[in-house]
Amino acid sequence: MLRLGPLAAAGRLLPAGPRLGLPCPSGGWVSLSRSRPPGPVGDRGLLARQVRAAAGSAGGGRSPALKTPKGTRDHPPAHVALRDRLLAAVVTCFKRHGAAAIDTPVLELRETLTGKYGEDTKLIYELQDQGGELLALRYDLTVPFARYLAMNKITNMKRYHVAKVYRRDNPATTRGRYREFYQCDFDIAGQFDPMIPDAECLKIVHEILSDLQLGDFIIKVNDRRILNGVFAVCGIPESKFITTCSTVDKLDKMPWEEVRSEMVGEKGLSPEAADHIGEYVQLHGGLDLIEQLLQDPKLSQNKLAKEGLGDMKLLFEYLTLFGITGKISFDLSLARGLDYYTGVIFEAVLLQPENDHVEEPVSVGSVAGGGRYDGLVGMFDPKGRKVPCVGVSIGIERIFSILEQRLKLRSEDEVR
Amino acid sequence: MLRLGPLAAAGRLLPAGPRLGLPCPSGGWVSLSRSRPPGPVGDRGLLARQVRAAAGSAGGGRSPALKTPKGTRDHPPAHVALRDRLLAAVVTCFKRHGAAAIDTPVLELRETLTGKYGEDTKLIYELQDQGGELLALRYDLTVPFARYLAMNKITNMKRYHVAKVYRRDNPATTRGRYREFYQCDFDIAGQFDPMIPDAECLKIVHEILSDLQLGDFIIKVNDRRILNGVFAVCGIPESKFITTCSTVDKLDKMPWEEVRSEMVGEKGLSPEAADHIGEYVQLHGGLDLIEQLLQDPKLSQNKLAKEGLGDMKLLFEYLTLFGITGKISFDLSLARGLDYYTGVIFEAVLLQPENDHVEEPVSVGSVAGGGRYDGLVGMFDPKGRKVPCVGVSIGIERIFSILEQRLKASGEKVRTTETQVLVTTPQKHLLAARLKLISELWDAGIKAEMLYKKDPKLLKQLQYCEDTGIPLAAIIGEQELTDGVVKLRDVATREEVDIPREKLVDEIRRRLEP
Repeated sequence: MLRLGPLAAAGRLLPAGPRLGLPCPSGGWVSLSRSRPPGPVGDRGLLARQVRAAAGSAGGGRSPALKTPKGTRDHPPAHVALRDRLLAAVVTCFKRHGAAAIDTPVLELRETLTGKYGEDTKLIYELQDQGGELLALRYDLTVPFARYLAMNKITNMKRYHVAKVYRRDNPATTRGRYREFYQCDFDIAGQFDPMIPDAECLKIVHEILSDLQLGDFIIKVNDRRILNGVFAVCGIPESKFITTCSTVDKLDKMPWEEVRSEMVGEKGLSPEAADHIGEYVQLHGGLDLIEQLLQDPKLSQNKLAKEGLGDMKLLFEYLTLFGITGKISFDLSLARGLDYYTGVIFEAVLLQPENDHVEEPVSVGSVAGGGRYDGLVGMFDPKGRKVPCVGVSIGIERIFSILEQRLKLRSEDEVR
Repeated sequence: MLRLGPLAAAGRLLPAGPRLGLPCPSGGWVSLSRSRPPGPVGDRGLLARQVRAAAGSAGGGRSPALKTPKGTRDHPPAHVALRDRLLAAVVTCFKRHGAAAIDTPVLELRETLTGKYGEDTKLIYELQDQGGELLALRYDLTVPFARYLAMNKITNMKRYHVAKVYRRDNPATTRGRYREFYQCDFDIAGQFDPMIPDAECLKIVHEILSDLQLGDFIIKVNDRRILNGVFAVCGIPESKFITTCSTVDKLDKMPWEEVRSEMVGEKGLSPEAADHIGEYVQLHGGLDLIEQLLQDPKLSQNKLAKEGLGDMKLLFEYLTLFGITGKISFDLSLARGLDYYTGVIFEAVLLQPENDHVEEPVSVGSVAGGGRYDGLVGMFDPKGRKVPCVGVSIGIERIFSILEQRLKASGEKVRTTETQVLVTTPQKHLLAARLKLISELWDAGIKAEMLYKKDPKLLKQLQYCEDTGIPLAAIIGEQELTDGVVKLRDVATREEVDIPREKLVDEIRRRLEP
């Protein structure tokens, strides 16, 4: 291969176009035909030189770094086979519930994604300004769905969407987190009687996790209104609701003491307020807990909390009819990162990470999550018309990591 | 919605982070809590304001332009259903020939794509420098495949890859050209006996286009060595081979006169040379043409041309054994855009664009293309080790346009869901019964839906069945509950029969799953 030194190392694209020469360090071009005598006319070598020259003419010439971008990976045939089976199982469940598939572009206008992801906005991959619209890669499938509904003036729809999304995370690959990964979303849009579609989303999570036989799991549910009601009765000012929320969210990873310290030390809450919050957010249970909180003297004065608790009770009644409450936990510490949730929120975690018999533990965190987001479509509609939505996203990459580990252990079974 | 004027119109991302205020035109923030009195604690309005504020804090606030990026489009359910059927048919053929699927990231290092696409390099979508590696969106699936082979030191592989690629074309959407579109690639990498894998690629194109019943088609084949040999004997200097190639390539869209003018006027060839080229590149035929050219006094002196013609003859012998030469044309005008082809090249075009019975003609150009590219993997390998490759790319978007038109013309309605049963009730206060029944059906794997209403009207429920094509309705009312049965209604025939509850799943399966 021709080695071109600093010019090539700069890696910038030289002007395209067919050239048959080497760039001179001093600029200009040295014609290849002078620096190497051409072989006999018709020599196969000519073609090879043309190919190399075409490479040389655009700043290449030396072999490029042989890697995929940070946080991404190729999928060899065994991976693809396993992944396709996994996706097929998920899609089977979505179809069982009557959803229709849509697809949207991987590119969105930057302004479509602006203002939807809070602090995570910095993780969006932006495209270079090449003289046209300012674009970015989609961060999830929910915002594109809201845009799709508003664009097409759709007021009710049950859709699923299986596709890759892009986040400039700091990937910790043993935790199954990449910058390019599949999401499997199921969402119900429309104004319906309360909690019926919400219950169906939870039923879907339960079905998928059961069908995939990943071991024991639990689905935590909470409600933004209950959380905000708790904050209010604990004397937290409205302006600190969102920031308090994100601290409470860490209770699944940090013990209460640390969470409390962050509240007081970083978020500026009074110790009394923090303690007060602690009396609530460490609670979890079922219908009994809901009843208990409905009787709570302070909470029952708070309109938002009462609303949330009332809907939570209704939800549990439906989940009981669906026969799945054994795996559901009403957990007041669940907060969820995304700002656009307005009602019920939920997250599924595996209880026994598949690491009992594996040397390095595969701690994979949540495998599904979602909630109600009634205000998102209204942000797109020119008249602000709202379309209430509820949905769930299955974390297929995490599930894939677990199954991969499992297959490695059972390596006598060849995956064709 | 809050209207924020010029700041929002700038569309730039403001620093992220939770803020509850409006940007002032003069800078700084006006706290929301001062400009609007907060409602009572616990007011639902608070959440709405928080959502809007989260929007406002990052430069939005007004509704964003409601569109997909130029050259891209959403795919509603009907599209996706049709497209998935199409892709499944193509993949079936790839699998029939023993290929395994791989997948690669949509992002590649810019340097991976650099220097592979010649003049088309300007059509690559680049990512902004955000402090990390310099990235771009893949332009095709061939270069990623070559990188994959080199990275993993693979010397032979038969793979297919179905995925989207990205090109900043000027899309002409009636021609079925977009900036984001699917490609279905089948490639064979490895050092093998000549022309056998090449012939299989052509067989695959023939199978797919026949299976899809797109009407009459032709697959043009040529060889870069033959073309370069022709240029050489016509006295074209080596330095002008590539540029002459790209002009010859236009013969499928422009008449010879115009192509000749471009050669003389723009590319600087002598009129004699251009005429001489014209004697060759307007030829097309079969084995007889190959024989004729092998006898050509000038061409037979050219080593490269002889090599190419010899392989072309071998190829035609294999294609004859495959029984497909009826649709193959050795066409000396075929040049193909990409620089990395080193041997045989081919392109399939439909002969009767499906526009006889459609108002606006759908002229869709080529529907598949490919060739041999023996030097590409060597450009990635640190030691320059070569892995010869040959492959084909099926232009699924163009085929999709045709099938879409056809479907529209036929008036056939395609279902977008697969629901088998709608769980319904004719009376009020039976939500619990419906929830219980539908849960039983789902747990048994039956595809079922219900309306999200506590007390829906029966007529509305049956209408939903008709609108979405659900074949059965399971009606459960007070009487049915008492009797331990479910009334199963055939939506099309309107016949109803009472089925014992425990036999319902079997009965549904019996009717719908032969």
